[in-house]
Amino acid sequence: MILRGRRVMGGVAEGEALVSVEPVSFYGGVDPETGCVTEPGHCCCGENISGKVFVFPTGKGSTVGSYVIYRMKKLGTAPAAIVNVETEAIIATGCVISDIPLVDKLDGDPLKAIKTGMRIKVNGDNGIVETL
Amino acid sequence: MFLTRDQERMLEGENGDAVRKSMELLVALGEVFGAEKLVPIESAHISGVSYKNLGDAGTEWLEEQAELGSRCRVRATLNPAGMDMEKWEEMNVPPEFAEGQVRVIEAFKRMGVEPTCTCTPYLIGHVPRMGAQVAWAESNAVCFSNSVIGARTNRESGPTTLASAVTGLTPLYGYRLDENREPGKIVEVGTEMKTRLDYSALGYVTGKTLGNAVPYFRGLGSPDLESMKTLGAACATSGGVALWHGEGVTPEAGWAAGHLDGVEKVTVECSDLEEARERLVCDPSNPTYCVGCPHCSLREMAETAELAKGRDLGGRLWVFTSRGVYQEAARAGHVETIEKAGGRVYSDTCMVVAPLHEMGWEGVATNSFKGGYYSVAHGFETMITTLDKLVEGASR
Repeated sequence: MILRGRRVMGGVAEGEALVSVEPVSFYGGVDPETGCVTEPGHCCCGENISGKVFVFPTGKGSTVGSYVIYRMKKLGTAPAAIVNVETEAIIATGCVISDIPLVDKLDGDPLKAIKTGMRIKVNGDNGIVETL
Repeated sequence: MFLTRDQERMLEGENGDAVRKSMELLVALGEVFGAEKLVPIESAHISGVSYKNLGDAGTEWLEEQAELGSRCRVRATLNPAGMDMEKWEEMNVPPEFAEGQVRVIEAFKRMGVEPTCTCTPYLIGHVPRMGAQVAWAESNAVCFSNSVIGARTNRESGPTTLASAVTGLTPLYGYRLDENREPGKIVEVGTEMKTRLDYSALGYVTGKTLGNAVPYFRGLGSPDLESMKTLGAACATSGGVALWHGEGVTPEAGWAAGHLDGVEKVTVECSDLEEARERLVCDPSNPTYCVGCPHCSLREMAETAELAKGRDLGGRLWVFTSRGVYQEAARAGHVETIEKAGGRVYSDTCMVVAPLHEMGWEGVATNSFKGGYYSVAHGFETMITTLDKLVEGASR
């Protein structure tokens, strides 16, 4: 499988996919110490996103979320790459200040094409997302 | 996105890593929002200052930016911190928190940001020209700047305002363009606006109803500056409104009136305001009575002092303002009057960004729907009422 999309933040990373069908708030919704999603009732609550290719529709919540992504990068709990359906300012800012590859607006729906557990390579430089 | 030769060089690192990182962020966001180019800004107002919100993550990021050599190219002021930078002990702020907060402010100072620590930069001389492109964060400041002043900004965040201050640039999209400043809904005010709390309630209801659409108000009456401040703060909080027009009130309303064809109308009645008030009202057992969300103007300081005269407030009334207005109010004798009556006056911080739980607060009473909204979100029993009732309530 190869999906082509838009580069938001460059860099190349590989990892196991974790797919969330719901938007994600990093501020209050993810624990930066453990890398686990903690938002009650969230479809990925309890899942660990560290080192994963984290696939979700878009970001939500407070702009402080950008700093949480940065904190995770520092702590080694950040995702390896992020794939969004269509990203927004909080996630984009977090990825840029933390050097995490971010791709969105793919030519196929990543929430359907990518399954949790697949090995995925994200090339943020050319916007290509592929299975390994 | 189109970049000039100079901007390309900035992105390639010719002006150093700080400028390169800032450009990377602005270009990425420009791409996300479909901006065709970057435009110069005249000033910045930077949020993400309270250690309560930043934590160690944000603090380290700011220190790293200062270390990288980030320096402001345009005037930049700063949002409130989590404590009065001088009287934090009296506020019962934990020393570890104060230590983190001092690190944050020092990092900003190294980057050339004015440590104004206020959400109302427009009350202490940071007033852009009408039509000027600026990069402001802090939802009430954004709303005031766009609506009352007629400057142009999107709802920026801490990192984007800093990046814009460091490069002097911002991507051209959103509220920077005429087409996105056109009214999204006509809001007919079907009741007479009598108090500032009415304007605050109207803002709250409008934000709830419209989300982030641009309201065009009819029947606003003649709001004073403080009423426009609280109106914008409330609709920015409950809905994400970044710009409102008021017929006969705001500078772009005449232009906006030419873009009302086919725009849907909603009416806000007295009962809607009452309902909003009731939804946010309970009877906290031991509230701290708060004035100054957004930060008090000099007039609000004078009014509070007048109401406080001869009362026994016993430390229950807390007044928040900018250091600039504090100094003016001190000269005018208002601070002394409030303190003599047993009220407290703090600068640099507010009820939204101070660590209220750690400070031992149990409940909150406020004259602001924005303050009330956050107080509820932070888990406090919350009461909303007018300024005179607040002072009366705090009095024994």
